[in-house]
Amino acid sequence: MSDPRPASRPLPPVAIVIGVLFFFGLLGLMIYGVMKSGAPDRDVLPSALIGKPAPAFELPVLHDPHIKVSSTELRGAPYVLNVWGSWCAACRDEHPILTRFAETKRVRVIGYNWKDEPADALRWLEQLGNPFVLVLSDIEGRTAIDWGVTAAPETFLVDASGVVRWKYSGALSQRVIDTQLIPELEKVERAHADAQPQLPASP
Amino acid sequence: MLPELGQILLVTALLMAVLQTVLPLWGAHRGRATWMAVARPAAYAQLALLLGAFGVLTAAFVTQDFSVRYVAENSNSLLPLAYRYSAVWGAHEGSLLLWALVLALWCGAVALWSKRLPAEVCARVLGVLGIISIGFLAFLIFTSNPFARLIPAPLEGRDLNPLLQDPGLIIHPPMLYIGYVGFSVPFAFAIAALLEGRVDARWLRWTRPWTNVAWGFLTIGIALGSWWAYYELGWGGWWFWDPVENASFMPWLAGAALIHSQAVTEKRGSFASWTLLLAIAAFALSLLGTFLVRSGVLTSVHSFAADPSRGTFILIFLALVIGGALLLYALRAGALTSDDPRRGFLPTSRETLLLANNLLLAAACGMVLLGTLYPLLADALGLGKVSVGPPYFGTLFVVLMAPLVALLPFGPLVNWQRDQASRRLAMLAPWAGLAVLLGVVAYFMAPQGALKTAAGVTGAAWVALGTARFVWTRLRGNGKFTAEMVGMLLAHGGVAVFLAGALLVEALNVQREVALAPGQSLVVGTYEVRFEGVDHQQGPNYVADRGHLRVFQHDRQLALLHPEKRLYASGGQVMTEAGIHARLNGDVYVALGESLGNNAWAVRVHIKPFVRWIWLGALLMALGGFVTAADRRFRRP
Amino acid sequence: MPMPSRSCPLRRNRFVRLASVVLIALTLAVALPVMAQAVSDPTPLQYRDAAEEARFHALVAELRCVQCQNQSLADSNAQIAHDLRREVLVLMQQGNSDAQIKQFLVDRYGEFVLYRPPMEARNALLWFGPPVALLIGAGVLIWVVRRRSRGIEPMDKSEERW
Repeated sequence: MSDPRPASRPLPPVAIVIGVLFFFGLLGLMIYGVMKSGAPDRDVLPSALIGKPAPAFELPVLHDPHIKVSSTELRGAPYVLNVWGSWCAACRDEHPILTRFAETKRVRVIGYNWKDEPADALRWLEQLGNPFVLVLSDIEGRTAIDWGVTAAPETFLVDASGVVRWKYSGALSQRVIDTQLIPELEKVERAHADAQPQLPASP
Repeated sequence: MLPELGQILLVTALLMAVLQTVLPLWGAHRGRATWMAVARPAAYAQLALLLGAFGVLTAAFVTQDFSVRYVAENSNSLLPLAYRYSAVWGAHEGSLLLWALVLALWCGAVALWSKRLPAEVCARVLGVLGIISIGFLAFLIFTSNPFARLIPAPLEGRDLNPLLQDPGLIIHPPMLYIGYVGFSVPFAFAIAALLEGRVDARWLRWTRPWTNVAWGFLTIGIALGSWWAYYELGWGGWWFWDPVENASFMPWLAGAALIHSQAVTEKRGSFASWTLLLAIAAFALSLLGTFLVRSGVLTSVHSFAADPSRGTFILIFLALVIGGALLLYALRAGALTSDDPRRGFLPTSRETLLLANNLLLAAACGMVLLGTLYPLLADALGLGKVSVGPPYFGTLFVVLMAPLVALLPFGPLVNWQRDQASRRLAMLAPWAGLAVLLGVVAYFMAPQGALKTAAGVTGAAWVALGTARFVWTRLRGNGKFTAEMVGMLLAHGGVAVFLAGALLVEALNVQREVALAPGQSLVVGTYEVRFEGVDHQQGPNYVADRGHLRVFQHDRQLALLHPEKRLYASGGQVMTEAGIHARLNGDVYVALGESLGNNAWAVRVHIKPFVRWIWLGALLMALGGFVTAADRRFRRP
Repeated sequence: MPMPSRSCPLRRNRFVRLASVVLIALTLAVALPVMAQAVSDPTPLQYRDAAEEARFHALVAELRCVQCQNQSLADSNAQIAHDLRREVLVLMQQGNSDAQIKQFLVDRYGEFVLYRPPMEARNALLWFGPPVALLIGAGVLIWVVRRRSRGIEPMDKSEERW
């Protein structure tokens, strides 16, 4: 340790620049991550169907399985599709809020009974009340895969020409309806009105 | 009253940590012996106080004091006693207290076994460790108080997550933390070296044992986690490249590079700046891992409940500690490196090989970091939701590690500074040939997955035979084996065993799931599994459907297995407990699916050849680390 | 906390066990009606041959469970994972290739469902970053070795240990 030390060599500037960029880049990414982690919908999968036509289907009606409703029949006016099941606790939570929205009669609210015994589903509706203008029954869950359903409850907004415009995963809250569903619905209604042929002004 | 005592102990421990930091560091700067001498007693005091606090929390769990919020959230009156002890670290606040306790244990160990260290160095090392203690104790006290009360106290607790009600929880986190947190010691030594402006052989003789022991414990901790996931989760997987797993694997890779780099710096004096940087990087990755797991930044089955305020706190602490360390490195590291001609080396030399070793391990570590953070990065850049999973990690890891495996046997044989490539290649070529031959044989013998089987056999044989060649060379020479050499042999042997296990189980594993009525059998390979029905069992806090399955091979009974499906009373969670018949050459792993009515059940059977070699190999590696640390050379003054 | 008496442990154990049974029974009695299950076919999937089974397992390990916290479709117990596994097998048996099945799922669930990030321009950093970094590192290594091998003095043999 007493020998004279050869001249020392400073760190190459390139290395320092790379190090600084890497450190601050990583830090920035972590800050972004922390800010985002507070959002409750962080893990929610955005729908792959937004802006695309709703999947074609033909499903029986819950109250009368002999009657089948197809996706084309529902065109002409927008509708809200709510995926639920009697086995789903969160669906019970959102039920009063959904009912209140359905009672405004602003748009058709159609129920999509997913992977449920029809008897259980009917009993559930009897107990809690039926806010739906129509309830479709998908016992096997095959069509739900086409809709990209991952869990219940989920809610879709489909416009008059059958294109999916909005999807929400989880129990609806009044806040979600006011801040997301209604504005989206307004857009859809405006687009629908614009698409109507203009009536000539009467002389 | 007792939980409040716990809080007081925590706050006092924080004060001790402050004393352990401020006075010794300033004292080392100014050369004041009395201030430097505060370090050791402060470390002991902090340890005693944290042991007390931990004891208080444990007592709260054992006596089921639900007035403490953490106990109420993670325990239940039906929880068996053994799990009440381990539930202490079952969630965020308690495991953080464990982190702080383990750090205090390392501080105490350094204080105890540092008699040979000059007072300045000891003061600086303990001082830096104290900075980290301050950060974690402050984090505990201000954002994650394990002793917070819940008023009014509930009559019943929520329960420990049933996944954690298992012996694995008792041992895996403590081992993991001892390793994880242990990298703070080489980090502290590196900072001390930068502050003092000196890295010499003596400094390395102090640092290397600590580093090897910490790395050994981390190896054990990771292996235990893998083994636990294997038997607990019910699907027979042993590594999922989950963000939390990656968070512990990255420090392991950096640590492996560090222990090799330290060897070079000790014996040849070169690579000092690399060694220091790796020491900082290994601990930085430990801290980053702690942050990722607790902040909720990444989605994982393992992660603790997310809370952005906690994430912010750790991130600030992480940025300050690592940023400060790197700044110090940028300013001071240049003075520690030099172009001493005696430290030069030719392309064919052990230095080059170990440089390549560091490069490959660092590349693998960087790849794991990139893959783990990429979904977040893609989200930040608006590239959509990308999933990065085992197909990515597995592919690139094999690509990066293959050159490492190929070069591994050369390392111990090649001389320092200069050697003849042709001579070493000639030495090892026959063994390479034998390994390839064994691989070819395995290729044709494998019932499935022939290529992976061949790769596993060739790679493992090559490493094993190459390492054996070193033993032979040594025996023909002076026949002396230092503890360091024995440690190297164990660790490299462990790599061979691990490689065989990992590749063979992926290549040869068989999985079948069928519906069975009582009396029916399922034939998988040479095994026959006969289903003998399911009955009900009552556990301390669950009810279970318990299956009886008899396993035969060549008409000889091997075992009677009892997989279960447990329904826990507290939250209605259903857990699948596998029944495993474990042998060295493979496991028979059975699990129950769903009941199909009429006493018929869906039964899942996995045959997992050589799966135990994975953890055996890891244990050998850890043992190698411990044996190396015991080498007499580190006890020279 | 008073220590349990040692004089009559047997009676105490029996009492404790009875109490815990009652507690569990009560808890389950309350919990069970709430824990209804979605309609689901629990029978194991039927494969036509071993090759199909192997192909299925390999494919399903590359897909992600769309509802879970980072689990593959192979490992997940979620309801939707059961359904999707069944769907994947049906698609396989209908003659679709792995790529077609993956596209089917991506059309419905987005690229999130793929555990192997597609080899596209936006994932260039992910797939090519590590190999490129390795090459650059190798270049740096060669440069360092070249520099260190100039003008070396032989090391002192007496100080050489292994």
